[in-house]
Amino acid sequence: MNAYDWLQTILLFVVLLALIKPLGSFMAKVYQGERTFMSPVLAPCENLIYRICGVKKDEEMGWQRYALAMLFFNLALFAALFTILMSQHLLPLNPQKLPAFSWQLALNTAISFTTNTNWQAYAGEQAASYFTQMAGLTVHNFVSAATGMAIAIALIRGFSRRKTSMLGNFWVDLTRSTLYILLPISLVAALVLVSQGVIQNFTPYKTVPLVQSTSYDKPKLDDKGSPLKDAKGNPVTENVIVKEVSIPMGPVASQEAIKELGTNGGGFFNANSAHPFENPTPLTNMLEILLILLIPGSLTYTFGIMVGNTRQGWAILGGMLLLLAVSFGVLQIVETNGNPLVAELGIRGVNMEGKEVRFGLAGSSLFAVATTGTSCGAVNTMHDSLTPLGGMIPLSLILLGEIVFGGVGSGLYTMLAFAIIAVFVSGLMIGRTPEYLGKKIEVREMWLSILTILTAGVVVLILSGIAMITPQAVSSMANPGAHGLSEVFYGFASMANNNGSAFAGLNANVNFYNILGSLAMTLGRYVPAIAVLTMAGSLAEKKYVPPSLGTLPTDKAPFAIWLTLVIIIVGALTFFPALSLGPIVEHLTMLGGK
Amino acid sequence: MKDIRPAILMLIVFTIICGGIYPAVVTGFANSVFPKQAKGSLIVDKSNREIGSDLIGQPFSRPQYFWPRPSATTDFGYNPAGSGGSNAGPTNPDYLKTVMDRVKALRDTGVIGSVPADLVQASASGLDPDITPEAAMVQVPRIAGMRGMSEDALKKLVADHTEGRQFSILGAPRVNVLALNLKLDTVSR
Repeated sequence: MNAYDWLQTILLFVVLLALIKPLGSFMAKVYQGERTFMSPVLAPCENLIYRICGVKKDEEMGWQRYALAMLFFNLALFAALFTILMSQHLLPLNPQKLPAFSWQLALNTAISFTTNTNWQAYAGEQAASYFTQMAGLTVHNFVSAATGMAIAIALIRGFSRRKTSMLGNFWVDLTRSTLYILLPISLVAALVLVSQGVIQNFTPYKTVPLVQSTSYDKPKLDDKGSPLKDAKGNPVTENVIVKEVSIPMGPVASQEAIKELGTNGGGFFNANSAHPFENPTPLTNMLEILLILLIPGSLTYTFGIMVGNTRQGWAILGGMLLLLAVSFGVLQIVETNGNPLVAELGIRGVNMEGKEVRFGLAGSSLFAVATTGTSCGAVNTMHDSLTPLGGMIPLSLILLGEIVFGGVGSGLYTMLAFAIIAVFVSGLMIGRTPEYLGKKIEVREMWLSILTILTAGVVVLILSGIAMITPQAVSSMANPGAHGLSEVFYGFASMANNNGSAFAGLNANVNFYNILGSLAMTLGRYVPAIAVLTMAGSLAEKKYVPPSLGTLPTDKAPFAIWLTLVIIIVGALTFFPALSLGPIVEHLTMLGGK
Repeated sequence: MKDIRPAILMLIVFTIICGGIYPAVVTGFANSVFPKQAKGSLIVDKSNREIGSDLIGQPFSRPQYFWPRPSATTDFGYNPAGSGGSNAGPTNPDYLKTVMDRVKALRDTGVIGSVPADLVQASASGLDPDITPEAAMVQVPRIAGMRGMSEDALKKLVADHTEGRQFSILGAPRVNVLALNLKLDTVSR
């Protein structure tokens, strides 16, 4: 790692940490209904929305109603996007005349964007119209993020309130998340992105001449559209000369900003944030990494304020930072060392396969850990082409449940479930009463926490297992051997944890992955979400137990370290066997020169 | 059940705000303040014809041009209509053979010593407009020979087209291949 890599990394974290406190306290004000500097403009809009939608903003909801409202809303989101995708060819703003999605792909994509996963089994520039990208995907980027934030806030209220069954109003939390937090930041970020070269227009794709023509062998098709074969069974091809190319256009910046800020990650283009129109300069790269980490990081401070002790928030953030630093360090080292099989051929430098020159190594590694530590899943580097241990870092960050800093909202509530487990385990070990934030942790909370953190893991392992014995699933692998297993494992890890990044060699647009992937994304999003809301309801009803000598202090550095260890132990126990069959075996074969 | 109506109405309201008003506002601002960037940083020639974009690389394989990075886009390299990386795994034998062939092709043009990685490993987007300054420098002797130019003149040209780290800190130094080759054609035909 050279001096510039250090400098960029430090700069990013200085800016991030400086923003956490102001944004965190702003969000606390927003959710507690206090006036902020934006209220003069936005409060009238907010009230108008409530009037149109028939929402009484002072009406509180118990956990069941809160969960039901969330589910109804998500169902409506799914139905809307599914309809748009299936009727894309009939809708406006489709200058390229792109056809409708197949129902399997539409199902997968609609669930993917509703659950904040943004797994993409399609290539954006070849499949999605401007209308789909804007009125469908961009909208989902906002409100699926807002859904996660609302759930996290309901859980925080569960801790901070006493002897009540009320958790707030889902519609109010949803509206405020979108209106006061996501929209203003996205608007500013989008304009900065455009200033650097991210495009924002509605023109048809531009055809431009090439300075030097190129050519390729195009497979010939018969009348039915299937490839022609010669007598020996080899495909028949014809040489095609290419003199001009078509450059895709579209409203990219507006989607790019919320794609990172809402930890969504669905790229406008197939190459996602590696595409020069999505991420043209080192500055946009750093801005995008910052946007990914901004809200999840700041929510820890919001949490601290709302439970009445900001050090509780810093302790959670400390645990997250520790995991982030270790992951980034390892990734940076293994990618700098590169691939010995390639170095043997006389090549110098870091592993550049699947990386862009302009970002530099630190800009690529930081993006990879930020996008998988959160539930973002945007990529500026092709994770499939990382070195074996390099690829294991994003994979592991996803498998740990995306808690570094986690998805917007979902990261915090998963982390709090881990904190409950950590308190419980330490309570067993040292004979102290398991309490967290003045609430007694009992059997019910333990069950719900375990459901929150293990659902995705169980889904990943079972579905990856099924894939290994399904011919269609196996034939989708792009790389042979252990790496192929990693591709499938990463795919289900990504979908079940609502990440959306991929070892993208895997051909995911087949029925097996479209349909089982939809199942994984649905279970991975809603089982934890409902478990968390149930837990919030149960916590809110408890009385406050003041800290005593028997209480484990959860607002100090030792707890942050303990929490990190518990996370690593739970992750290792669950996933070590699968990881050793994929990336670890591949690493050993690579060192063995095979 | 009383939350079904708000669910549908909220969806409609947020579709209008986030899917209509927000992108429209961004488009309006973007095209009035940064029109060139918003339209794709297009390059126009003397007759005002659009001939490419500053941000999107183009394929070059003839020996008199600087070569860009390998590209794994759909159908042919540097096809902007189908962006993407190779997604080749690090131990894939086909991939290793491809890299070996690329190294050999460079060796055949007289490159000695170690080869810059970015010149033989494919980019993530397949449209990477840049190469590292080292990757440009190893190509100088070949191009000098083909065009009958002095190596010093070419090295100066590369240096002039080298963009340093942004704000002296961010990213990595790079050379825009399309810009460099367009310039090359104006100084030597």
